[in-house]
Amino acid sequence: MTLPFAIIAILIIAAATAAMTLRNLIHSALAVAVSFGGLALAYLYLDAQFVGLTQILVYVGAVAILIVFAVLLTRGGEAPEKSVFSASWIWGLLITMSVFATLAWSVLHSFASQREPAEKVGATVKQIGDALMTKFVLPLEVIGLLLTAALIGAVIIAMRDESPKTKMEDGRSKMDKSSVPSSILHPPSSTGGRQ
Amino acid sequence: MLGEGIIKGMAETARNFLGSYVSAERLTTVQYPEERSVQIENARQFPFLVFDGDDPMKGLRCVACQICEKECPPKCIYIVKSKDKRADYKGQMQLYPTTFNIDLSVCMSCGICVEVCPFESIKMNTEFELSTTDRFGGLLVNKHQLAKSNDHYRKIHPTDASSSDAALAVEVAKAQAKAKADVEAKAKAAAEAKAKAVAATPVAPQPVAAT
Amino acid sequence: MTDSLDQIFVFVKHWLLDQLANVLPPAIMPLVSSVMSLLPVLVVFPSLFALTTVFERKGLGRIQNRYGPNRVGPFGFLQFAADGIKAIIKEDVVPRAADKVVHFIAPVILVITALTVYAVLPFGRNMVAADFDAGLLFFFAVGAASELAVFMAGWSSRNKYALLGAMRAVAQMVSYEIPLILSSVAVVMITGTLSLPKIVAAQSTHAGLLPDWFVFTPWGFAGFILFLIAANAELNRSPFDLPEGESEIIAGYFIEYSGFKFALFFLAEYLSMFALSGLGITLFLGGWNAPFAALEFIPSWAWFFIKLLTMIFMFIWTRGTLPRLRQDQLMNLAWKFMIPMVLVNLVAAAVWHFTGPGITRWFTSGALVLGAYMLLGKPQFESKDIGKRTYRFAD
Ligand code: SF4
Ligand code: SF4
Repeated sequence: MTLPFAIIAILIIAAATAAMTLRNLIHSALAVAVSFGGLALAYLYLDAQFVGLTQILVYVGAVAILIVFAVLLTRGGEAPEKSVFSASWIWGLLITMSVFATLAWSVLHSFASQREPAEKVGATVKQIGDALMTKFVLPLEVIGLLLTAALIGAVIIAMRDESPKTKMEDGRSKMDKSSVPSSILHPPSSTGGRQ
Repeated sequence: MLGEGIIKGMAETARNFLGSYVSAERLTTVQYPEERSVQIENARQFPFLVFDGDDPMKGLRCVACQICEKECPPKCIYIVKSKDKRADYKGQMQLYPTTFNIDLSVCMSCGICVEVCPFESIKMNTEFELSTTDRFGGLLVNKHQLAKSNDHYRKIHPTDASSSDAALAVEVAKAQAKAKADVEAKAKAAAEAKAKAVAATPVAPQPVAAT
Repeated sequence: MTDSLDQIFVFVKHWLLDQLANVLPPAIMPLVSSVMSLLPVLVVFPSLFALTTVFERKGLGRIQNRYGPNRVGPFGFLQFAADGIKAIIKEDVVPRAADKVVHFIAPVILVITALTVYAVLPFGRNMVAADFDAGLLFFFAVGAASELAVFMAGWSSRNKYALLGAMRAVAQMVSYEIPLILSSVAVVMITGTLSLPKIVAAQSTHAGLLPDWFVFTPWGFAGFILFLIAANAELNRSPFDLPEGESEIIAGYFIEYSGFKFALFFLAEYLSMFALSGLGITLFLGGWNAPFAALEFIPSWAWFFIKLLTMIFMFIWTRGTLPRLRQDQLMNLAWKFMIPMVLVNLVAAAVWHFTGPGITRWFTSGALVLGAYMLLGKPQFESKDIGKRTYRFAD
């Protein structure tokens, strides 16, 4: 472990802890953004330029904004009065510990840990593009399909059933014809006759 | 086609941009401290008090009726009436303001004080270079600063001033006629009382034309 | 001679580095080298900002048949100094309810991101601070981080207008980032690289009279225009200044900033303007290349700055001409016109690439772009959303 890596790791963990413990939701969201940035730094440190920069572009630029918007649109960003600690934390802690233990065990015992570290290759953008277009073309297309489906779904949810204009015209035409009592349309004259 | 209007607009602004360098008529701005545009006659800034004669304090037309003080929308006029009276331009005994302050930083130049004054004594000035370094007192002007002669009024607003003068002259004439009629009526009453037997020809009060 | 003038800054830097190498430990030499590459950026562009504020105000004045500032210094060119001094000596008011820390960090992050993107811009031959393999991606990634800073500024002020401005700004920046990036992707497709110096190198040849700049191709021209529109929106400059909209939300997300922090927002705005102009030059206008071979005696960095000033003038010109859009017009323009256009433009670029040199590719690619423009522009122009407005009651 080198010094830069230690700094980046501390940054990521500190930001993640802050995201969990801060009371103000927006502060938590900003802390999440910091930890995303830290992850990007880690990728860059590992010479994965493309992944690191994409991490910033997508996670800091879009996902963090999305989180912040979600917070703002659902409820005020007010800090809750009561403490963020609660009894259910113990269970949560137990579960996360067991998950972590399982993951750590499997990582330590997987063949990846016994593998010789490969000599450093900077994956250039070109290599990534080539790989995506040849070896991984099927996963790429599947993901593209999935995202397109999600996009269409979002549009359908956002789309109104009928446009407000036709609705209003319908309403007006109804009003003209039947729903309005005739006395309003034709005020009786003083002689009692209809004009 | 989409974008046509944008190109037209860009051409127009480009013409302005280049044209402003070649033709000076395009530039409508006046380089203020060095150049000044001529003020139009109806220009108005802040009120001033008109005085007649030579002594500003003696000649003030204001009779401290306080109508303007009450009507001023932002309430920036402050008047203290005098205890004694003095003769006004008509020769009538009237109060006069011992204090007459206007806070020009509050005044909004609406001219309502001018409209409501029955004595033609407050008018709008055209002076606008009033900047001061004193933030609180600098624009609070008293009656000495406010008093301007009628000649000044004639100079800055000739049309208004002549109609104001005419109105005043009518007032004065009326007042004189009334005074004369009073005098004559008194004389007549006295004469009647004195000599009942003597047939007196009734004299119709003659209006004095004094314009 | 011309060569040495062209490379004068590179020589100076190497000479200085050599001198310093004698005194400093070799371990920090890479750091010193990058600092020396970035230092000129830190000096040149803020001064350009200072000058541009004056130029902009004078230009806008001339567009409106006024003189513009002409009092401070010769022809008013020292106006920026007066403004700067004023900004510094003004009281720095922080609202009591504001989130002090976030309120403080936001402008700082904004300026830092605006300055960081200069690292990958090639200002002249061999003059790029960091020749990244993924330079273009770096530019956009860092630029995207500024959105969060804008949001932080608006949110931390605890002001309705600020929050509205921030929401508008973020919505606008997210929407227009897509056309911005996709219009650049066309260039990446043709050159096959994300490195900006390599993109410039791809445009350095001459085809007959015209240089091989991408703006002189159908897809490049359309891409350049789309890039300019999207850049204008990204920069929140008129006609896309809804987030600032003086007449509606006063100054938007920086309403609660005063004094020097306020100046920092302006600095950041202009710095990103120069950076995006620089990117547009690099991608479409041939970077630091001279337009004609005969003009190559003028140093490359001078060409970059000439082009930069032209771009700045374009920005000022549009600002002086176009009125502000409405929010729905803004979104319609982005999602119904710009994004379909850039997608078609990508196809046009592909067609250009695969049709081989000749007149046919001009026709096919050009017809594609023009057809899409007509098709997409017509309904936009005629629909009520963006075209002429009709009033139901007011007529
Ligand atoms: S001009 Fe209007 S505001 Fe000023 S003193 Fe007269 S009434 Fe008051
Ligand atoms: S200025 Fe006119 S209205 Fe005001 S107190 Fe004097 S006489 Fe009355």
